Amino acid sequence: MASRSEIIVRFAGEGGQGVVTAAEMLARAATGVGYHALTFATFPSQILGGPTWTQARVSRTPVESPGDAIDILVAFNDEAYHEHRTEVHDGGIILLDPSITPLPDEHLRCVTVPFDELAKQTGESRAANMVVMGGLSRLINMDVNYFKEFVSQRFAGRDKVVEANHMALDLGLAHLAEEDPISDLGEPEKPDYEQVFIKGNDALSVGALHAGIDFYFGYPISPATPVLVYMERNLVGEGKFAYQASSEIEAITGIVGAGFAGKKSMTATSGPGFTLMGEGIGLAWMAEIPCVIVDVQRGGPATGLPTKTEQSDLNAALSPAHGDSSIPVLAVGSVEECFFGAVQAFNWAERYQGPVILLSEHSLAERAQNIPKPDLAATPVESRNVYKGENGYLRYESTEISPFPVPGGAGAYVANGSEHDIYGDTTHLAKYHIHMTERRFSKLKLLEDGAYESDNASASVAVMPWGGSKGSGLEAFRQLRSAGVDIAWYYTMFLNPLPAALLDELRSKDLVLVPELNYQGQFASVLRSLGVRAEAITQYTGLPFRPTELGERIKARLAGAGQPQAVNA
Amino acid sequence: MTGTAKNPEYDFLWCPGCGDFGVRRALEFAMRDWNIEREIPMSHNVVVAGIGCSGNLVHLYEGEQPYGFHGIHGRSLPLALGVKMAREDLNVVVVAGDGDFLSIGMEHIAPQAARNLNICAVIMDNGVYGLTKGQSSPTTVEDTVTSSTPYGKLEATLNPLDLYLTLGVTYIASGYSTKPRDLAAMIKRGMEHDGFSIVHVNSPCTTYNDTYALLKGNKAKGIDPLAWEIPDDHDATSKSAAREIIEQGGVPLGVVYQDDSRPSLDQRMSGVRERVTARSPQSLLDAFSV
Repeated sequence: MASRSEIIVRFAGEGGQGVVTAAEMLARAATGVGYHALTFATFPSQILGGPTWTQARVSRTPVESPGDAIDILVAFNDEAYHEHRTEVHDGGIILLDPSITPLPDEHLRCVTVPFDELAKQTGESRAANMVVMGGLSRLINMDVNYFKEFVSQRFAGRDKVVEANHMALDLGLAHLAEEDPISDLGEPEKPDYEQVFIKGNDALSVGALHAGIDFYFGYPISPATPVLVYMERNLVGEGKFAYQASSEIEAITGIVGAGFAGKKSMTATSGPGFTLMGEGIGLAWMAEIPCVIVDVQRGGPATGLPTKTEQSDLNAALSPAHGDSSIPVLAVGSVEECFFGAVQAFNWAERYQGPVILLSEHSLAERAQNIPKPDLAATPVESRNVYKGENGYLRYESTEISPFPVPGGAGAYVANGSEHDIYGDTTHLAKYHIHMTERRFSKLKLLEDGAYESDNASASVAVMPWGGSKGSGLEAFRQLRSAGVDIAWYYTMFLNPLPAALLDELRSKDLVLVPELNYQGQFASVLRSLGVRAEAITQYTGLPFRPTELGERIKARLAGAGQPQAVNA
Repeated sequence: MTGTAKNPEYDFLWCPGCGDFGVRRALEFAMRDWNIEREIPMSHNVVVAGIGCSGNLVHLYEGEQPYGFHGIHGRSLPLALGVKMAREDLNVVVVAGDGDFLSIGMEHIAPQAARNLNICAVIMDNGVYGLTKGQSSPTTVEDTVTSSTPYGKLEATLNPLDLYLTLGVTYIASGYSTKPRDLAAMIKRGMEHDGFSIVHVNSPCTTYNDTYALLKGNKAKGIDPLAWEIPDDHDATSKSAAREIIEQGGVPLGVVYQDDSRPSLDQRMSGVRERVTARSPQSLLDAFSV
């Protein structure tokens, strides 16, 4: 039995069969005893039924992406078996119900477990999942007691449910008692630091709460809805407001109103809603109102791919509104960054007094992962410089940033979405349009000190993913480095403005390869406009990069064999 | 403007005779009295303006200045929601025209009515798009020839009061810009009403849709006045009585409807705050602990 440090299990079937919870359960149980795990999920856009699959990657060491080929496929129905069997690597296992007739395949091992039949024996027909977990515990050689502990905690106080689920685990295990495990994960090593097991959208929401959010207003849209749900439940108390808007137009304008009233405000949406918000974001830029707009990207344009992942909203994020503007953009690349990115987005908005776009994406939003517990005390929170003087203050007089008057206090002015003079009154005079345009752009200078990562920076060629491609990119980079490839690594959450020091480094490279999940190579194009010799490595399947495949593409490009990718198609 | 100082360079002008002059005066009266009665400074008032001739009221406001927000076309209501629900202690007033409020902004009236958002909207209805030079608006009379309806307006004339009543707006008043004192009383009562108030004002456009003669009537020309005073014995708390007033047609002057029984959104939110205990970010984070 081979010893491997990690294992990928995919569960595929129909919505409502417990597929969605299966991967999360495996990951939770595994992280509970000290393994590292992350899930990847893709759902059909319907309430019940429809093909759906989730997977969990479990490892003895931290993992950064959904990974490569599957070790074990759990197929809940015939369709799932046929759809996913080719993604199982040679020597992998397919676990299926006896009602499914597998095709002859000498490279794969098919193992049958009567999920539903065994579940019925427990008296809890919904325990089919647990039968599967029992069988899996044998196949991946993970102590079944880890799952039992998880069940006992999850259903604490409901003894009958616990008993039935424990029985299901035992039945699944007993059924496969004679099967050889696929590998041995080895004993887990519990990290010596505190951890949380959390999904990207939840981490982002908690980050916003730490940043001091007062006001949330949002419209339901996949995959951003969990942020709305979390905020409505938890953003309560004196002076706090979380509410469902009647449209994204209402949502953006509402948070701009709240920002004007002195509050930290946010909305979260996805592509279609983000497009609707364009004019409102321009208003916040023009009137200089702090607010945070989260775009949890899905495939686009129009209704696009609501339940798939893509990084194709960058162009829109950089330029959501008409006219001269440059909206600050952060993009998160991991579940951990969902938390810190939300804090930073608020800090930026408060610091430069304007709208900030926070880009997340489906694969991160729905990813559940164990991460080091963020240290709130060590995560600084910024608040805007509030005007505290007398009446007679001219809000827009300075050519740079100036204190922010809050209604109820002195310094009344008109916040204006029309071009305005130093009083805030509408004007058409060239001198004020020049003054205000330069004032608005000058504030971006305050945001050029963002942090960034670099590794092997002396190499003349670099790889620099953004957003959710960070994990796959990092794993590909590590593979390349262990194979002796001389390549540098760069990464930052801060896409606009880029950290000034990072931009200098990038400009010195012969080639910067940008893995990104869109057709156009949007970020590479931005980098080229900034004088960086950048080239995209694109993928537009609705799924994340596989690290090994990505590494191969980078290698091929460096060897001169790879064709340059679509550029500004 | 800032403080009480005049802005010497501000050069926007309403046309001579524009109804909006009277509405501005009425709002100034209402807000001044409101502040005096409550002993609050002007800074506790926010005027959220729509886009159009009427929205410029926020810049033309005379005397001590309230806070203002001159936003984007059609979105004065959600902007006002943001301000009000962020700071429930502020007096939030919307000023907008029929194009802004009833055409592009129409979608925002129903949700604010359903929520009973505690703000007062003062709508200056001139039945035309003035700033873009004379296109038809929802309240332009059917068959009227305007620059955008060269063969006559093909759409039915909107009755805004009927709309507000149907949507559940809890305070509806109807006024006329030439009577700023009466208007001020209606606006102040709207501010005092705990809920969504709309004061709908006929505010003629002397350039593109001069309806003064129609509103006031002209005996010599044989024109009966459109405007008429709502009788003192009208029971504004009765929805059916309000509907009767509206169905009589013309421009009724006075408070058409007032329902004080429904709590406003901020009152409902206070109820939630009493029921739900807020948790600190640390405790929310701890809930995810492994």
